[in-house]
Amino acid sequence: MKRLAAYLLLTLLAACDGGLWNNPYSAAEAGKPILYTAFTERPKHLDPAQAYSENEYKFLANIYAPPLQYHYLKRPYQLVPLAASAMPTVRYLDAQRRLLPETASAEKIAYSVYEIHIKPGMRFQPHPAFARDEKGELEYLHLTPDDLRDIHAPGDFAHSGTRIVTSGDYVNQIKRLAHPQLHLPIYGVMSEYIVGLKEYAATLQQALREHPDGFLDLSAHALPGVEVVDDTTYRITVYGKYPQFAYWLAMPFFAPMPQEVERFYAQAGMKERNLTLDWWPVGSGPYYLSENDPNRRMVLSRNPYYDSERYPSEGEAGDAQLLADAGKPLPLIEQVIFTLEKETIPYWNKFLQGYYDASGISSDSFDQAVQVSVGGEANVTDAMQAQGITLSTSVATSTMYTGFNWLDPVVGGNSEKTRKLRQAIAIAVDFEEFVSIFANGRGIAAQSPLPPGIFGYSEGEAGMNTVVYDWSAGQSVRKSIAEARRLLAEAGYPGGVDEKTRQPLVINLDTTANGVGNKSRLDWMRKQFDKINVQLVVRSTDYNRFQDKIRRGDTQMFYFGWNADYPDPENFLFLLHGAQAKAGKGGENAANYSNPEYDSLFEQMKNMENSPQRQAIIDKMLAILHRDTPWLWGFHPKNYVLQHGWLHNVKPNVMANNKLKYWRVEAGQRDPLRAGWNQPGLWPLWLGIVALLLSAGWVWRVLRTRENARSG
Amino acid sequence: MSLFGNSIFARTIRALMIAYLIRRILYAIPILIGVNLLTFALFFVVNTPDDMARMQLGVKRVTPEAIEKWKLQRGYDKPMMINSAAASIGKLTDTIFWQKSASMFVLDFGYSDDGRSISREIATRMGPSLAIALPTFLIGLIIYVSFALLMTLFRATALDIAGVALCVLLMSISGLFYIIGGQFLISKLWHLVPISGYDGGLNSFKFVVLPIAIGVIGGIGSSSRWYRTIFLEEIGKDYARTARAKGLSELRVLFTHVLKNAMIPILTGVVVVIPLLFMGSLLTESFFGIPGLGSYTIDAINAQDFSVVRAMVFLGSLLYIVGLILTDVSYTMVDPRVRLQ
Repeated sequence: MKRLAAYLLLTLLAACDGGLWNNPYSAAEAGKPILYTAFTERPKHLDPAQAYSENEYKFLANIYAPPLQYHYLKRPYQLVPLAASAMPTVRYLDAQRRLLPETASAEKIAYSVYEIHIKPGMRFQPHPAFARDEKGELEYLHLTPDDLRDIHAPGDFAHSGTRIVTSGDYVNQIKRLAHPQLHLPIYGVMSEYIVGLKEYAATLQQALREHPDGFLDLSAHALPGVEVVDDTTYRITVYGKYPQFAYWLAMPFFAPMPQEVERFYAQAGMKERNLTLDWWPVGSGPYYLSENDPNRRMVLSRNPYYDSERYPSEGEAGDAQLLADAGKPLPLIEQVIFTLEKETIPYWNKFLQGYYDASGISSDSFDQAVQVSVGGEANVTDAMQAQGITLSTSVATSTMYTGFNWLDPVVGGNSEKTRKLRQAIAIAVDFEEFVSIFANGRGIAAQSPLPPGIFGYSEGEAGMNTVVYDWSAGQSVRKSIAEARRLLAEAGYPGGVDEKTRQPLVINLDTTANGVGNKSRLDWMRKQFDKINVQLVVRSTDYNRFQDKIRRGDTQMFYFGWNADYPDPENFLFLLHGAQAKAGKGGENAANYSNPEYDSLFEQMKNMENSPQRQAIIDKMLAILHRDTPWLWGFHPKNYVLQHGWLHNVKPNVMANNKLKYWRVEAGQRDPLRAGWNQPGLWPLWLGIVALLLSAGWVWRVLRTRENARSG
Repeated sequence: MSLFGNSIFARTIRALMIAYLIRRILYAIPILIGVNLLTFALFFVVNTPDDMARMQLGVKRVTPEAIEKWKLQRGYDKPMMINSAAASIGKLTDTIFWQKSASMFVLDFGYSDDGRSISREIATRMGPSLAIALPTFLIGLIIYVSFALLMTLFRATALDIAGVALCVLLMSISGLFYIIGGQFLISKLWHLVPISGYDGGLNSFKFVVLPIAIGVIGGIGSSSRWYRTIFLEEIGKDYARTARAKGLSELRVLFTHVLKNAMIPILTGVVVVIPLLFMGSLLTESFFGIPGLGSYTIDAINAQDFSVVRAMVFLGSLLYIVGLILTDVSYTMVDPRVRLQ
């Protein structure tokens, strides 16, 4: 009993670390330039060859340093060198590998050769895979089960090391894009472009078959499309002209991967301990993963060897405040602590208490956080302003649309009848209202697949979808329901009734949305169709069946969305390219839209540099899309991010995931504010104790009285 | 000290008990095979290996080759139950069912579909789950039993009626309300503990105190009413009347006689859940950011990760069986009349 009491006392003392009672972090962290943020979903992959989702890039983009990145401040989005010392040079070759002029037409170009020079002297993060013994040999390359007994993380090894990043590391990673033992999300695309990648994958597969348990040495097999020129230069050869390739070079897929790290993790006993490249990444970027508990928290610490980058000294007009740190070495924050927050309520409350430095806004908290002025401008509420919280907004490079299946006889196809039906529906479904009701105004109704910020997007009347809107008094106004009914009648459904069969028109919407949470959205959608007397039947289904229906082209209408890989119109307009049809071809064109004229213009546009000629072609393509209406264009979501006053240099950049290195935290400003907001209220404790003692005393007295009465 | 001493009688009892336990353990094998078979059937009725691959690979740029490769790497390219192309025993063993099930009987759970060691994940997440569940269980048990005894002590008085009314009120409130309300009052308004989070070792105290308190309070209603019913039934029995007639105080009657005799129904409900405390609580852990096992199964179902689903269902069944056996053993400890044969 005494031992238990001592343990409890010790526990209580340990809990009192001298900090605020509700501080979820150690009091020893006070005053340090640490950024506190949260993640809501654990990452599946941290291997740069395998990761491809936003919740993975949140970490990886800060750990790995691919050759290029997006300029943090400039808009429209612009690629700039990261690990590269300059932008890659591109040479065009014909089929006989003869040099072509830069102005050569795309048809003549058989190969494009990208030559990349990386900055000399860059080094990898500290890691045991680089540690060397007295003889200069890699220290941890021949580990036994005994050596690994107490090892659970790279930090558990006694020694670590680093080394200079070479062009060979970049080439090694490109070879990994064909690795037969990895799940490679962009292998399909890259094998179409990088010369020899498809054959290389087959070679590796064969090598693995011959030695299924051995280490697959990528350097033992040559990949013709990549070449190490010298320690700081390498070349990538792609088929044809593919200007979008530069955007891929800004993703972790093309970051350097040292082969000794692969060998280190390939040793027996590592995988059982979750010591894999997919769990403990090894990069040369501004941060390294120093703690990895994806069920609780993940910590990025400053890579002590990262000294190759400075804060940008140029931005847009109005960025003066953001240039205060121009020229300073990056990163500006020592450590970033990500805590898993699955629920929005604790996340939001901890932000208000100052325990998170920035936060998104859930629908539940929107009214508490944001007020919209008469002019439609969003700003933080007075209560937020009093806390020094500011708001930044940006339109995501995403589009949330509702597709018509082109293969469906009622709503699909290129006939006048079905086109007018789709146009009528497009007018009736009011996405401005949808955004206002269901997204608290956080979005803009789309005019086409292209969101703002992407080349080809036009503001105002020039970019307006003339099928759905009219231009009036300097703004676009949705056409009347009367116009939609007229189109419906012309389509052969006067009053929503099929003039041939005399049956009401019924359209099916396939969706994975179900349950109470989505009921209001689906009811709203039915109401939109009711405006033109068309019956909408919602066919809710599970994720697997939905995907299956989409693949088979067995839908009429469906909800879908697309998030840009890179800020190029090709990455949106290919979603409607006939060759990309989902049904039968397995592409990304879920509507199975097909229009030879559009396809031909797409082929012309896709490899062009941004220019007035390209804009003209895009305008033609968008006009075709407006006319054909293969989608209800839906909306482009807007991101709202709140940040405390002590967090500086925050500018929304929806393309860059490596933003943390630019941010700066004033811990000296944060600590006193936190302390002021979180003083413990002790009176409920005392009240509770007094109430408990009084109740116990009263019960005791009653008992005594009863016992006395019994014995008396 | 031995439960039955060292006499021939005691040795016989012990031998019978061991035989009983061995028999129960052997019974567990077909039960576990059945549970495994049922999990397998239910899972693959809803999801095909292709669906699983697509779920893991995402919706963007997934080629049919990538799906085939994923299935091949994880052994989902084999037939489900019978491999007619294989020879002899291979017809049974070279199947998804065998490959995914056999190893579990030696507690080798393998890897999740995203490549993590399941045993390691369970081992890592079990601690935080226990840090909440065990104190909640123990403190809760003491408080529920004490409160029920108090109501029994004051039976048929205003205090008893007020206690029952309070229990009904507490039972009528959703568990989520306790969590959100508790976080609002204790953490947001009074700043006494962190709203959510977790830390290892002694530092975990400030993070677990609120979820434990909420867990205990949330269970007072139903548990105390259940124990009160048990005690009320016992207190009317002859032995209690005799004890009272002998001049024992009401408190003594309750705590030494009634409580002891009510142990069998209490143990029936209590011991069986002890092994399952490892499995954690979905709601509590999600809201308080506790890195426990509470959401592991549901996350795996949502991610269509069969490796994790079958491992967790297997472990749950195994722990439940262990709980039932422990319950039987506990009967013999509180009531010498009970024999396991």
